[in-house]
Amino acid sequence: MNGYGGSVLRVNLSTGKIKKEPLDPRMAKDYFGGRGFASYVLYKEVPAGIDPLGEENKLLLISGPLTGMFAPGAGKATFASKSPATGSYGDSNVGGMIGAEMKYAGYDLIIFEGKAPKPTYLFIDDDKVELRSAEPHWGKGAITCEKALKEELGEDFQIATIGQAGERLIPIACIHHDWGRQAGRTGVGAVMGSKNLKAIAVHGTKSVPVADLKSYRKAYNKMFKFLRESPARKVWVDYGTPGVVEWANEIGAFPTRNFSSGFLKGWEKVSGPTMRKEIVITDKCCFACPTACGKYSHVKTKSREFYVEGPEYETIAMIGSDNGLDDIRDIAYANYLCDEMGLDTISAGNIAAFAIECFNKGIITEKDTGGVSLKFGDSESVFHLIELMGKQEKIGELLSHGVKYASEKLGQGSEKFACHVKGLEISGYEFHRAPAMALAYMTADIGAHHNRAWAITYDIEVGRDKIEGKAERVILLQHIRPLFDIMGACRLQWVEVGLPLDTYPPLFNAITGFDLSWEDMLKTAERVWNLTRCFWVREVPDFGRSWDKPPARFIEEPVTDGPTKGAKMSPKDVEQLLDDYYRLRGWNSNGIPTEDKLKELGLEWVVDDLKKRGRL
Amino acid sequence: MTIKSLQTNDALCTGCHICQLACAMCQFRETNPKKGALRITGKFPSPGRFHIDVCNQCGDCAAACPTEAIYKDNGVYKVNEEKCDYCLLCVDACPYGVIFTHPSMNVIFKCDYCGLCVHYCPTGAIFE
Repeated sequence: MNGYGGSVLRVNLSTGKIKKEPLDPRMAKDYFGGRGFASYVLYKEVPAGIDPLGEENKLLLISGPLTGMFAPGAGKATFASKSPATGSYGDSNVGGMIGAEMKYAGYDLIIFEGKAPKPTYLFIDDDKVELRSAEPHWGKGAITCEKALKEELGEDFQIATIGQAGERLIPIACIHHDWGRQAGRTGVGAVMGSKNLKAIAVHGTKSVPVADLKSYRKAYNKMFKFLRESPARKVWVDYGTPGVVEWANEIGAFPTRNFSSGFLKGWEKVSGPTMRKEIVITDKCCFACPTACGKYSHVKTKSREFYVEGPEYETIAMIGSDNGLDDIRDIAYANYLCDEMGLDTISAGNIAAFAIECFNKGIITEKDTGGVSLKFGDSESVFHLIELMGKQEKIGELLSHGVKYASEKLGQGSEKFACHVKGLEISGYEFHRAPAMALAYMTADIGAHHNRAWAITYDIEVGRDKIEGKAERVILLQHIRPLFDIMGACRLQWVEVGLPLDTYPPLFNAITGFDLSWEDMLKTAERVWNLTRCFWVREVPDFGRSWDKPPARFIEEPVTDGPTKGAKMSPKDVEQLLDDYYRLRGWNSNGIPTEDKLKELGLEWVVDDLKKRGRL
Repeated sequence: MTIKSLQTNDALCTGCHICQLACAMCQFRETNPKKGALRITGKFPSPGRFHIDVCNQCGDCAAACPTEAIYKDNGVYKVNEEKCDYCLLCVDACPYGVIFTHPSMNVIFKCDYCGLCVHYCPTGAIFE
């Protein structure tokens, strides 16, 4: 099949049976790949109402039609499962090399089912596929395990691993790959751990067929030429995502002290240029990317020496600023701790800030922390909290389940400053005065995550107090940006370097042999968005509008300082945003997709299913 | 295009593998970095750098070849696939490990200085 490896690998960890199935061409045509396949396969194959950490859940690893191809940023893979962090649809994409590698081995989708009786890893060398013992690696950190497997199998193998956090089924556990890339969000690492699957090792050597070689070469040459000549690329390569720090702080969007502010005093010490100067040793990128935004760092101080990829902007924002930390070396060390244990830095940072605020308010005390006093701006507090969470010791046990769960248990008003939507911790953009970004977080289909619709630039562009038009832009972005995850390519070439979107359909069509316009492709993204929404409708009995609300902090408590000082969202604006959003999406006023909309998108089978369940 | 020399600077390599994609496209018209005639190796977690191995047309492969399948053409060592009997003596002889094999082929392949890796390298880590 042009543009695809052509096969699905179904791995039953309970029985040890491994089945190779041909990729369904209809699924490819309707869902393309990546999170498109994730939405379809999870809905079809994962029974409603199951325990995300039980044997019935499935873990998917998926490449996309652009992954592994001669295409800029063609290094994206998606991990997906029913999420233990939110109890509903979950996916997380990861860069690096593994998406390309699995395709060269001939696989577009790997489905892990059941649970291995003992610690296991999946070994793939083209057609040779085996389950092997991971007992020597169990209990080891994610980076340590990757290193050991590379040494054993060879540098050519691409490895994905979990750390101790995934083994302990911690709902904020990530999957680690390529020395510092993570599928960070929605607890995919815990699902991997629940299956006793420590690692995936892949090596592939096959060529990927394309439909129209001449048009393919023409298309990618145009794209690479544009990127080569773009001045924006150089800036992005120099600083990577930490280049965003200065801007985010300037507009008051840099989460500080558990989203009570958007401004960090001392931001210069954690900015892109400072990081570059102080700790970065190598620019490191994902497969086929001309815009190496990955920064590999080496830190040596009196007390410690370590290597870490990053920190990325999100880690600087959530582990750093949101906890009041303003030393790039401290943030890098916390990043390293999280990476090795296999914790998502976004959620871990958000939870740490929540815990410090709880401590400040007397909701938790030194009795809960093992005698340690927690303070904003104190790196030892953050290191300690990460250790407690990763080991599930003391208050760390409760915290490791996320701020929603922890605040429900702790009570005492902590629900109001538990910064999450749908149970997923909010990532690195403060949005008291950024309605489009707020709506993006409120409606993101995995819970509060920035990258489905990074709409804050639109708030700045058209006026941040304006409500009108924001829903429309958020919806557009929720189709464009996930379309990249569906195709298996990185969106940064477009969003940061300015590669025109109209360069993609010629490439996509030449590779796959499809004949689609950009609008056709966006329709697929809309289909996927509606399908993931329906997964929530199916899984959560009272799902609807109330699940799309921001935390009370953003409505009730004005920003304490910085450029947005005094700002908060009005409840009326929140309702207006949702009204606009649901109307434009063709959903009802409770945020449930309508029968007409689903039928328009070819999702009749979902209509039937939800009707049967009394959910539509 | 052709080049007269091939130089590398490891410090600039970001591990994107675009050079290998370009090479395989030039040599085989296929999308497959495993058919690229140069090698990128990541040295992680320590020292945290990439290493590039390329052919410098030293000719050790030709000297080792018992069937004269590797011949010199305008300063560049090329492979006559008809003559290659896949003995792999050239692979052992190459000081840089850049005589390549692939499971789908029964002849070796190597760099012919087409220069596409230089053209596509986004950072100048590979240059003439």
